[in-house]
Amino acid sequence: MQNIEERSLVSDMDQSTHNNEEMDQYLTFIMSNEEYGVDILSVQEIRGWESVTLIPNAPPHIKGVINLRGSIVPIIDLRQRFGLEKVEYGPLTVVIVLKVTTQKGSRVMGIVVDAVSDVYTLSTMDMKNAPDLGDHVDTSYIRGLVNVDNKMVILLDIDQLLGSDSIPEVSISTLNEIKESSTNE
Amino acid sequence: MSIDLSQFHQVFFEESQEGLQIMETGLLELDCEDPDIETINAIFRAAHSIKGSSGTFGFTEITEFTHVLETLLDEVREGKRGLTQEIVDLLLKSVDCLGGMLAAFQNSEPVDPEYANELTVQFNAYLKEGCTKAADQQQKPDKPPVGATKMMTTWNIRFVPSADILKTGNEPVRMIRELAAFGDCCVTTNLEKLPDIGALEPDCCYLSWDIELTTDIERAQIEEIFEWVIDESDLSISESAGLFMDSEPEAPTEPEPAKEIVAAAGGNKPAAKPAAKSKAAGDSVKSAEATSIRVSIEKIDGLVNLVGELVITQAMLSQVGTESDSGNLIKLQEGLAQLEHNTRELQESVMRIRMLPISFTFSRFPRLVRDLSRQLNKKVEIKLVGEQTELDKTVMEKIGDPLVHLVRNALDHGLESPEERIEAGKPETGTIELSAFHQGGNIVIEIRDDGRGLNTEKIRSKALKNGLISETDTLTPEQVQDLIFQPGFSTAEAVTDVSGRGVGMDVVRRNIQELSGSIEVESNEGFGSTFAIRLPLTLAILDGQLVQVGGQTYILPLVSIVESIQPNMDLISHVAGGCDVLRLRDEYIPIIKLNELFCIETQRTNLVDCLFVVVEVGNLKVALVVDDLLGQQQVVIKSMETNYKKVDGVSGATILGDGTVSLILEIMDLIKMAGVMQQSKNGLHMVSSRGYAA
Repeated sequence: MQNIEERSLVSDMDQSTHNNEEMDQYLTFIMSNEEYGVDILSVQEIRGWESVTLIPNAPPHIKGVINLRGSIVPIIDLRQRFGLEKVEYGPLTVVIVLKVTTQKGSRVMGIVVDAVSDVYTLSTMDMKNAPDLGDHVDTSYIRGLVNVDNKMVILLDIDQLLGSDSIPEVSISTLNEIKESSTNE
Repeated sequence: MSIDLSQFHQVFFEESQEGLQIMETGLLELDCEDPDIETINAIFRAAHSIKGSSGTFGFTEITEFTHVLETLLDEVREGKRGLTQEIVDLLLKSVDCLGGMLAAFQNSEPVDPEYANELTVQFNAYLKEGCTKAADQQQKPDKPPVGATKMMTTWNIRFVPSADILKTGNEPVRMIRELAAFGDCCVTTNLEKLPDIGALEPDCCYLSWDIELTTDIERAQIEEIFEWVIDESDLSISESAGLFMDSEPEAPTEPEPAKEIVAAAGGNKPAAKPAAKSKAAGDSVKSAEATSIRVSIEKIDGLVNLVGELVITQAMLSQVGTESDSGNLIKLQEGLAQLEHNTRELQESVMRIRMLPISFTFSRFPRLVRDLSRQLNKKVEIKLVGEQTELDKTVMEKIGDPLVHLVRNALDHGLESPEERIEAGKPETGTIELSAFHQGGNIVIEIRDDGRGLNTEKIRSKALKNGLISETDTLTPEQVQDLIFQPGFSTAEAVTDVSGRGVGMDVVRRNIQELSGSIEVESNEGFGSTFAIRLPLTLAILDGQLVQVGGQTYILPLVSIVESIQPNMDLISHVAGGCDVLRLRDEYIPIIKLNELFCIETQRTNLVDCLFVVVEVGNLKVALVVDDLLGQQQVVIKSMETNYKKVDGVSGATILGDGTVSLILEIMDLIKMAGVMQQSKNGLHMVSSRGYAA
């Protein structure tokens, strides 16, 4: 954390508006050694993996639905969503329950991730936009990239990622491309 | 059958207020540069609804004013006219004006027509300058301004009822009381025919009355009061004097020689305000307040949900109860039995709060049909069947408007004029039948007319003109008939006050679909059409049969299950095309394998090890293959769409006693899915390699 604040100060030497800058908190989680972040205000709760009820003919990343205190909540495997290799769920597998804002109102959804990592307070100034990878790659679900301890964290826009019915094409190769182009910069 | 429409006035006021709210919000949202067509449509629909229902209840001022407003909106909607800020302002003003009219009717006060007239003039100015197509619309506003002058008239009414009038359930005192509500009323009772006390039959009416009524209402309104007894009594109404309102209305001391009016008055007279009617509305509001409380539907829904949860808890407890083997087991079970009894009862009574007989909706129609048939010069008889059929209040509220549209359509487009009917060899009087009945877990409402039916050729050419279909499309008659549910479709040649703007059918269908219902039309050209609306009885609870497929538990609506059988291989045959059928007594029933449909792995690959659940929906029967039957349970329906989306073959989900989620199957959907699967299989010329060892 110390590191981040120092870095923000350095990067804001030429930014007089620093004090007015909003600080957002992000919950980060690990998937396949990469760290991803979501806006902490959208996180409703974190639970362990439990068995789900399958939804017939659903895409493979939709694992099924669970009963969350009387509501039916769909569970999405973010690994499979990103085209990552499927892993067996164990006692450490975590479901992050998120409140997603869509055009039709808010929805509650769970995402399965490998592990929860940390909570960072980040200024929007620290955030770099996802690089433009041309028309064929949709990066609208990435809110930005940020460096923490020389490690890149991908901040996801969950409203874009999970909110729309026409789910943007996401693949790990896109994420890799993003990573490469941002490290090249 | 006397129906007091005033009991529905409150509903009309509320609905219209809502409609005005929608119009206002929509108008405020509208961007003149780039108007959103959906918003314009919403405003238009709201105006159209207000017009329709005000017509039903006889609030003519509102109907006429809304009609003008609607004409302008229609032109905007069709793009014939650009939207300017002036028009929006004018429309907003008219919303205020309508609000004022509604409030006046609601408080039984006279409507001030000046504002409305002023706006009508402005509307007409717009309509004239812009468009010539609305020519037939403009005749209406040219009529003398509504209610500009009021005539005070003294009517001499002689009412000699037949002796049997009391036996038919009519009460002369009430009629006189109603008359008295119109104005100054002087009643002389004629006792001449009264027999000796010994010869007096208590249920015969020997009296007759001479009534002198000084009022500003029309003859037709007086006749209306006696409408139900006019056939069996001797009634004469004559006018004795006419006075202008401005002068002090003084009752004539000496009735002048009565001047009989042969023709019904009102044709060329300005329509007077229906004072008595709005007074009656006020009364009904008061009485309604006394007997019922308005509760927000949210609160009731909360209660319904809560009770639903209670049922789930009870199911969970009873599961624990049957499994535990401590000493208190018997007591626990007793308590649980009690709990089950109580919760079930509580649930039923809570559900009953929401259930109302459909007569609440149906009884608006006789008046509507009567007025419309006069307007259209058609002879129509309306039959209501199954008015006591109960359904959920939410469903009822939303079905009212679609039904009005359908009945109006049946009258306007469906039924022919008396001359045409005679020519076609049909009775002069057309029939519209509204019937409601339960079928399975659904309520079915049918609107049947014996008119000319749907003209498929006309529909087709109209659809071609509107670009709904192309020249090359080959459609079955059913598909052509289905086109009437498309937005912007109307076959009426002239836009009338009644129908013909093409808002009806698409809205009807959308409203019904929102209630997870369906509408079908069956029509024989020359013999009439039947619209069948199928709606779920309630949207909250369901009796379910739990079935197992693979490792998953699904719920089938109990009402759709005909029987469950263990298959005998001799009864199963394979039909070319990849479909298996089950021979059940005299029927051949297609088999749907749930595990294939849902792509679930199952251990039981041999049909002999499985069970067949024969289900019926509509007139279709199918046999579903499941691994096992588990049990029956009442389940609380939860929507999948709240947090996810509609899933094919699934109508919703519920939570079982052990806390897991189970999906509720939708049979109609399953049949469609199976059909699609079969088609795609055949289309690709593939033979299922994963078939059962049959």
